[in-house]
Amino acid sequence: MNILEVENLSVKVEGKLILKDVTFSLKSHQSHILFGPNGSGKTTLLSALMGLPSYEVVSGKISFMGVDITDKSVEERAKLGMVISFQNPPEITGVKLGDLLKLCLGKSPIARFNEEEQKLIEAFRLTKFLDRDINVGFSGGERKRSEILQLIFLKPKLLLLDEPDSGVDVESLRLIADEIQRYVERSGSSALIITHKGDILDHIKAKYGCVLLAGKFHCFTHPTRIYEEIKKVGYEECVACRVRKTEGWKFEQGK
Amino acid sequence: MSKENELIKVPHKILEETYKAGMEADEKDRSGTFYHVDQSTVYSKVNELFQGKIELMDTKAALQKYSWLEGYMWKLVDKNKDEFTRKVAEDWSGGYFMRIMPGAEITFPLQSCLLITRKNLEQRVHNIIIAEEGSKAHIITSCVQHSSVPDAAHLGVSEIYVKKGAMLNFTMIHQWSENTLVRPRSAAEIGDKATFVSNYVCMRPVKNVQMYPAAFCNGTDSTVSFNSILYGHTNSLLDIGSKAVLAGKGSKAEMVSRAIAREGSKMIIRGLIEGNNADCKGHLECRGLLLDEEAFLQSIPELIARKKGVEITHEAAVGKISEKEITYLMTRKLSRDQAVSLIIKGFMDVGILGLPEALNAEIKRIVEASAEAD
Ligand SMILES: Nc1ncnc2c1ncn2[C@@H]1O[C@H](COP(=O)(O)OP(=O)(O)OP(=O)(O)O)[C@@H](O)[C@H]1O
Ligand SMILES: [Mg+2]
Repeated sequence: MNILEVENLSVKVEGKLILKDVTFSLKSHQSHILFGPNGSGKTTLLSALMGLPSYEVVSGKISFMGVDITDKSVEERAKLGMVISFQNPPEITGVKLGDLLKLCLGKSPIARFNEEEQKLIEAFRLTKFLDRDINVGFSGGERKRSEILQLIFLKPKLLLLDEPDSGVDVESLRLIADEIQRYVERSGSSALIITHKGDILDHIKAKYGCVLLAGKFHCFTHPTRIYEEIKKVGYEECVACRVRKTEGWKFEQGK
Repeated sequence: MSKENELIKVPHKILEETYKAGMEADEKDRSGTFYHVDQSTVYSKVNELFQGKIELMDTKAALQKYSWLEGYMWKLVDKNKDEFTRKVAEDWSGGYFMRIMPGAEITFPLQSCLLITRKNLEQRVHNIIIAEEGSKAHIITSCVQHSSVPDAAHLGVSEIYVKKGAMLNFTMIHQWSENTLVRPRSAAEIGDKATFVSNYVCMRPVKNVQMYPAAFCNGTDSTVSFNSILYGHTNSLLDIGSKAVLAGKGSKAEMVSRAIAREGSKMIIRGLIEGNNADCKGHLECRGLLLDEEAFLQSIPELIARKKGVEITHEAAVGKISEKEITYLMTRKLSRDQAVSLIIKGFMDVGILGLPEALNAEIKRIVEASAEAD
C-alpha cells in the first residue's frame, strides 16, 4: 500500500522549472530518505507536496491516501494528515510557542498540557521556550526541536521532514531521530526525510532511499547504501552507478 | 456592607461598558477608583488598604485643598500650545488629581475613567498626577464614550510628575466611537533615578485622535518608556506620537509601538528622542502591519543629538502581514482566518507594556476581544 502517489509532477518556482516530470510513491508505515545535492529541488518537492504557495504545480497529480490533493489548500492537506517541517521556519513575533503547541494538539490556548504532553516537551528540552515567541532568537537546533515537536503533536499520517538533522548537536540529533522513529512506529504513519548526512540512519529505521538530482529521481535503494556511495563517489557518479533505478523501489520484494 | 456597592451610584450600563475598557467593578482589586462622567466627577474613592498612601480627588477640589498645586498646573503643558489647550484653560469640568505619597508602594492598580454619555459634548479635563519620592504605582485610565452617543469631543490635559526614585506605570486605554474627536495634551517630568512608563492602547474605531505626549527626563538616571498598541479600523484617523527629551545625565528613553491598520484607517506614528546630555541613550521601535489596501500607515521617527556621546537608535518596519507566517500556521492545521487572527494578537503583544500579571491579563483580554470582533 502506498500513502502517497506522485505522477509526472512538474513544479515551477518563481517561473523557473525546478522539478521535471517526477513520478514516485511513498509506502504506508515506512520512512523514506531523500538525498540530493544543494539546489537539486528537495525543499521544492516537499513544499509542492504540502501545497505551499509560490510552488506552482504546472502538471502532474498528487494523491494522498487515495484522495487527489493536487488542487487542495495547505490547510486541507494539513487536516488530511500531512505535515511539513521547515528548513527555515519563520519567526512570528508575539505568538508563543506554548500557544502554538496547544493549537497543534487541537487545544485552546487557555487549556493545559496533560502529563504526557508535558513529558514530551521536557524531553525536547522546550519547557523554557513555551513563553517565547516562535523561533525568535531560537538557535538552529532549538528550531529543529520545536518543529519536530509541533509535528508530533499534530498526529500526522505523513511527515515531510526537511533536514531535521542539520545544525543539531549529537544529543539533539539522537533525540529528534528517536522521537520521529517512535512516533512513526507507534502511529503507523510514514515519513519522507531529507538529509545530507548519514547519522540519522542509525536511529531511523528506513529501508527506502533515493536521490534527487537536477529535478529527477534516481537510485531507489537502501539509504545506507546510497549514503556510502555518495560519500565514496559523490552524487553525479552515484546516480550513474549500477544500482541506478529510476522506477521506484523493487528490491524489498525478495525479502 | 461591602464597598463595591457604592459604585451603584454609577449606572449599571456604564459600568458594563467601562469594564470593556479595563475598569474593574470589584474595587477590592483596585487601590482606588475615580469616575468623571461628562462634566463632573461622580465617584472618587481610595481602597481602605491604601488610605494615607494615595490621594485621589477631582482636580478642582484638590486646588481648593492645596494652594501649592497651582504650581503644578500648566507647568509642563503650555496653555497656549493650541486651540485645545486654550479651550481647557478657559473652561474645564475638573479631572483627576492623583498623588502617590512618598515611599508608598501601591500594589494594586489605581483606576480612573473619563466617560462621555451626552451627545455633542466637548469634555474638557485637566489631570494632575504626582508620584512622590520613592513611590511606586500603576495607574490605568480608561476613556470611554457611551455607545449610544453620536458626536463628541474629548480634550484632556494631563501633567505628570515622577519624583526622585519613583516608579510610575501609566496605562491609558481609549475606547471612543467612530464620531469622537480626541485631543489629549500630556507631558511628564521625570526626576533623579525615577522611571515613567506611559502606555497607550487604542483598539476601537475613533474618528480622529491626535496626540504627542512629551516626557522630560531631567533627572540623573531618569528613564521613560512609551509603548503603544494601536488598532486602526473603520476610517479611524490616528496621529500618535511621543517625544522624549533627555536632559539628565544617564537618562534613557525607549519607545515601542505596534500598529495595525485596516479598512480605510490612516495612521501616523511619530516618535522623537532628543539627546541633550552627553551621557544619554534612546531607542525607538515602530512596527506596523497593513491588513488591506485601503489603509495607510506611516512611521516618522526623529532622532536628535545635541551632544557628543549621545546614543539614539531606531528601527521601523511597516508592511503587509507576512504570507510566509500565515502559511506556516496553516501547515499547523489552522485556517487562514485563525492564522491571521493569531498573528494579529501576537503582534499586539501586551507584554511590551510591562504590566503586573493581573493587569496584563486584563489588557490582553481587551486587545484580543477587539481583534476578534471583526
Ligand atoms: N523562491 C525562490 N526563488 C528563486 N529560486 C528558488 C526559490 N526557491 C528555490 N529556488 C531555486 O530552486 C532550486 C531548488 O531549490 P531547493 O530549495 O528545492 O533545493 P534543495 O534541494 O532543498 O537544496 P538544499 O540542499 O540546499 O536545501 C535552487 O536552484 C533554488 O535556487
Ligand atoms: Mg532544501
